[in-house]
Amino acid sequence: MKELDTLMKNRLEEKIKQARQKRRKLFCLFLTFGYPSIAATERLILSARDSGVDIIELGFPFSDPLADGPTIQYSSQESLKHNPSIRDAMRLVERLRRKGCELPIVYFGYLNPVFSYGEIKFAGDAKTAGFDGLILPDLPPEEETLLRRECKRKNLCLVNLVAPTTSDERMKMLVRESQGFVYYVSLRGVTGVRRSLPSDLASRVKKIRKMTSKPVLVGFGVSTPNQAKLVARISDGVIVGSAVIREIQKGILSAERLIKRISRAVHSEPHKPL
Amino acid sequence: MKQPDLKGHFGPYGGRYVPETLVKACEELTEAYAKVRRDPKFKKELTHYLTSYAGRPTPVYEARNLSAYFKRGRIFLKREDLLHTGAHKINNTIAQALLARRLGKTRIVAETGAGQHGVASATAACVFGLKCVVYMGAVDIERQSLNVYKMKLLGAEVRPVMSGSQTLKDATNEAIRDWVTNVEDTHYLIGSVVGPHPYPMMVRDFQSVIGRETRASFLKNHGGLPDYLLACVGGGSNSMGFFYPFLKDKKVRMIGVEAGGEGVSTKHHASSITAGRPGILHGMKSYLLQDKNGQVQLAHSISAGLDYPSVGPEHSHLSDSGRVQYVSVTDTEALKGFDLLTKLEGIMPALESAHVVGHLSKLMPKIKKTDRMVICLSGRGDKDIHTVQQYF
Repeated sequence: MKELDTLMKNRLEEKIKQARQKRRKLFCLFLTFGYPSIAATERLILSARDSGVDIIELGFPFSDPLADGPTIQYSSQESLKHNPSIRDAMRLVERLRRKGCELPIVYFGYLNPVFSYGEIKFAGDAKTAGFDGLILPDLPPEEETLLRRECKRKNLCLVNLVAPTTSDERMKMLVRESQGFVYYVSLRGVTGVRRSLPSDLASRVKKIRKMTSKPVLVGFGVSTPNQAKLVARISDGVIVGSAVIREIQKGILSAERLIKRISRAVHSEPHKPL
Repeated sequence: MKQPDLKGHFGPYGGRYVPETLVKACEELTEAYAKVRRDPKFKKELTHYLTSYAGRPTPVYEARNLSAYFKRGRIFLKREDLLHTGAHKINNTIAQALLARRLGKTRIVAETGAGQHGVASATAACVFGLKCVVYMGAVDIERQSLNVYKMKLLGAEVRPVMSGSQTLKDATNEAIRDWVTNVEDTHYLIGSVVGPHPYPMMVRDFQSVIGRETRASFLKNHGGLPDYLLACVGGGSNSMGFFYPFLKDKKVRMIGVEAGGEGVSTKHHASSITAGRPGILHGMKSYLLQDKNGQVQLAHSISAGLDYPSVGPEHSHLSDSGRVQYVSVTDTEALKGFDLLTKLEGIMPALESAHVVGHLSKLMPKIKKTDRMVICLSGRGDKDIHTVQQYF
């Protein structure tokens, strides 16, 4: 029974429930697995937890990351120099769980490495290792229905992305099918640092929030603590990736400082229900 | 069963594996294409440009010297190399540019390997008054400098791609990233039967004029169908367009020739069907060159146009079903093919098409003396002369 409990437990869902009760905005941090090294990724996840990060999106590198801008392309290429396997990423999460880290961790990655690993096997192994969710940016709900079913069975949250170009009808379907939270892609384009946020962001997010009780997190282009604060004000949480990855190039300490600042900015916004 | 299904699947291949931002654009394109497909006005306009501008129909030429050299069979060449801009690529770019104009798009982006598709895109953009941006790997820019210059003369902007292997695969990534960013006013003019649905189907249909003409010409002039069709396969647009109208003619045997680079037993080749396994890249599921971790491997070929680690999904399906046989020809064999066709027929083939000629020395001894075969000569060799210069 105890084993079954661990398997069915989902830290992401628990975190979301807590956040709702505490009216806390969610800060989801994207890190490229193995950049600049697996040890560095481990350290960053642990310090992120201490800085108040709510969710880790662990990006498994891919040779052809076509939704990503130059920063994440670079970190992926650097990580790939060490030929990391999905198994390595699972080992890291296992290690973190053994160390008592209970931060929700979501696997982010392009479909091919998962497909190559074996989709059904992946869902089971990822859950056992301690992953709580899955984001596959190049997998629309129309494809790979087997993987979807398996994720549901294993209680691994498969998060859907909604884009500025998504039609209303499709948005309803994506929001309904999304598990855990809804990932709103703030802009037309690839990931990366932007000077300003798109003008229709608030109205788009509002529309999605009216459709669902699931939290709506906004990613792509959020890079400064101030932007994060603004986005947190109009949504349920913020996803930051490229800005932190860019900071890692200057040094881990520098990145950790930025994570702390963004975390403070996000959490300074009290949750206001619609 | 009709291929593809409504969601763009050819058996287990194809589909639409794209970031959410692009779903709407793919849906719009699918709808628009479904409309023009049945629109006689579109057909008429396209035919007008294909005939009076691009130079269709292209001849089917009997290469008697080449046949005599092998002492058996009759070899014919479908002369796509005679088209405006020097290759079959123009069939597709004119059609897609027409479609882009209908969609109200003012800008096209394209990827290119050898530069042929880039030149053909830039050319079509001129005709229809569209702004044109071509993404090209930095390595390819180096080995195809003449085509780069041509594109610039045609008013296109050539953007060098410095990421990854700096070849066609990376140029495709970058073109898709541009499309994601500028999807409102931009049409992505894919150059081959690859990418998310509806591209593999649409580009196949636009290139099918090659096979239709060949079929009609053979029936008219030779009172029957050919026994063999041969074409090179990179992404696979010339071969798909060539094979497609013959798929139901069970007696016509078809051979797709992949680029074998330094040999399929080495790491330096581009034979996705021969040596790859199914995977997902550029919005489609198809055979893919990849390592054990599912990372895409670099393709290698002497011809930039075949230097692609995957292949059109319909080819993957046709390989699995056994309808088309896929073989691999090395750089060295392709160069021999180039030399042979040049010396015997006075036709310098593109290095892509030279792969097909390179396969003849293996195939010809096995055929019946009376067999007739048609090779799709997809392009001319002008662009490759400086590459060939290093060998002869």
